[in-house]
Amino acid sequence: MFWRSWWGKEGIGLRELHVSRVTDAVEELCKKACFELPEDVTAALQRALEEEESPQGREILKQLLENAEIARAEQIPICQDTGVAVVFLEIGQDVHLVGGSLKEAVDEGVRRGYVGGYLRKSVVRDPIRRENTQDNTPAILYTTLVPGDAVRVTVVPKGTGSENMSALKMLTPAHGPEGIRRFVVRVVEEAGANPCPPVIVGVGLGGTMDKAALMAKRALLRPVGQPHPQPHLAALEEDILKDINDLGIGPQGLGGRVTALAVHVEAYATHIGALPVAVNLQCHAARHASVAL
Amino acid sequence: MVRRLRPPLTEDEVRSLRAGERLYIDGEILTGRDAAHRRLCEMMDRGQKLPVQLEGAVIYYVGPCPAKPGQVIGSAGPTTSGRMDPYAPRLIARGLRAMIGKGMRSAEVVEAMKRHGAVYLVAVGGVGALLAKRIKAAEVIAFPELGPEAIYRLRVEDFPVMVGIDANGCDIYRMGREKYRRDRG
Repeated sequence: MFWRSWWGKEGIGLRELHVSRVTDAVEELCKKACFELPEDVTAALQRALEEEESPQGREILKQLLENAEIARAEQIPICQDTGVAVVFLEIGQDVHLVGGSLKEAVDEGVRRGYVGGYLRKSVVRDPIRRENTQDNTPAILYTTLVPGDAVRVTVVPKGTGSENMSALKMLTPAHGPEGIRRFVVRVVEEAGANPCPPVIVGVGLGGTMDKAALMAKRALLRPVGQPHPQPHLAALEEDILKDINDLGIGPQGLGGRVTALAVHVEAYATHIGALPVAVNLQCHAARHASVAL
Repeated sequence: MVRRLRPPLTEDEVRSLRAGERLYIDGEILTGRDAAHRRLCEMMDRGQKLPVQLEGAVIYYVGPCPAKPGQVIGSAGPTTSGRMDPYAPRLIARGLRAMIGKGMRSAEVVEAMKRHGAVYLVAVGGVGALLAKRIKAAEVIAFPELGPEAIYRLRVEDFPVMVGIDANGCDIYRMGREKYRRDRG
């Protein structure tokens, strides 16, 4: 075709990538994420073991580490709730995806990963009728366009014990950082033992309702305990973490010093009248895996 | 010496357990989570015979992963018990003696436990690989179409739990939190 040959992929530097590469990546990442707890998470659990005063809490943390080792060695799921597959694709704007539908390619990867990896199928097709899809599809798919010619694929198998205890509130500017702190701490306090503490607390501040919720989820992908680069947000993270760990909830909610491993805040511009705050809780099995294509 | 429980359990046995006590379970337990509980209650509404024997039974709130070749069962840790709260009192009234799960229970469930004599046992959430090793046999006995939510009969050995809420209503979640809480200065 004229336009293709003249403006073709070489002409403007488009890189072609077959969507089957995305399928293969998603398949592998579903399994890897469910079997192998990331090193930053195991390191955070080790630190928690040093800090925890409750003998029972320490015993639980040791079991979490032992469980992670077994799962990695035997390539079996860390937790039976292998979650809904949340897939983030960061697509370089110089990439041309060919060979079929990207959405279907991602779902095919999830299907192969969950069926072939003996992972639990935890997705129902309709929230009212609740019929299991039997292959854990569809994925929850988020795509963003970024500069460059690579595609970064991240799979987050998100269990529902912690997801169910997440919350969002539209605060107003008058609430300020104090209001944010109170709301986040209250969400963790009310969640108590249910989200499988020690948890990681993802907080999305600003934007709109939907933007805040997505930021809260993305905040969970930051290496555990790495502070926000902006000092005022890093200070807020530290302040909230201290308050959460004073709640006494502890490992598995049975009492102790370590209720949260970290608080990660992400922020974005917002309306003059708005202060959305979203809190996405993540259990100690903070599973995620990425690859660049 | 850690006490051991072997189901079916009697009311006296269950009433003698104390919150915070560690136990091992040996023998047969049932599994059940959201969809299976809903089905059981719907069958009770219709006056139908239940596909499982609840008298003296232990139900483990779990939806296991499928077994890999050579495994008895895939990862199999406890799920959040609170989602079964709307159904649990009816099962307790039918003779259910123990529930295994994680997380807090409602006042209605605790009330039913006190009245009929039942106990809530907790297992560590998120150690599904470790707990699967204590399960020696697994067989689907009801609602196979529910997949991971089907009711299984499990044979367990040295299955480690702790009494979370006893038949007097003593609750280790509340006690543990109070012990380590620091009030904001």
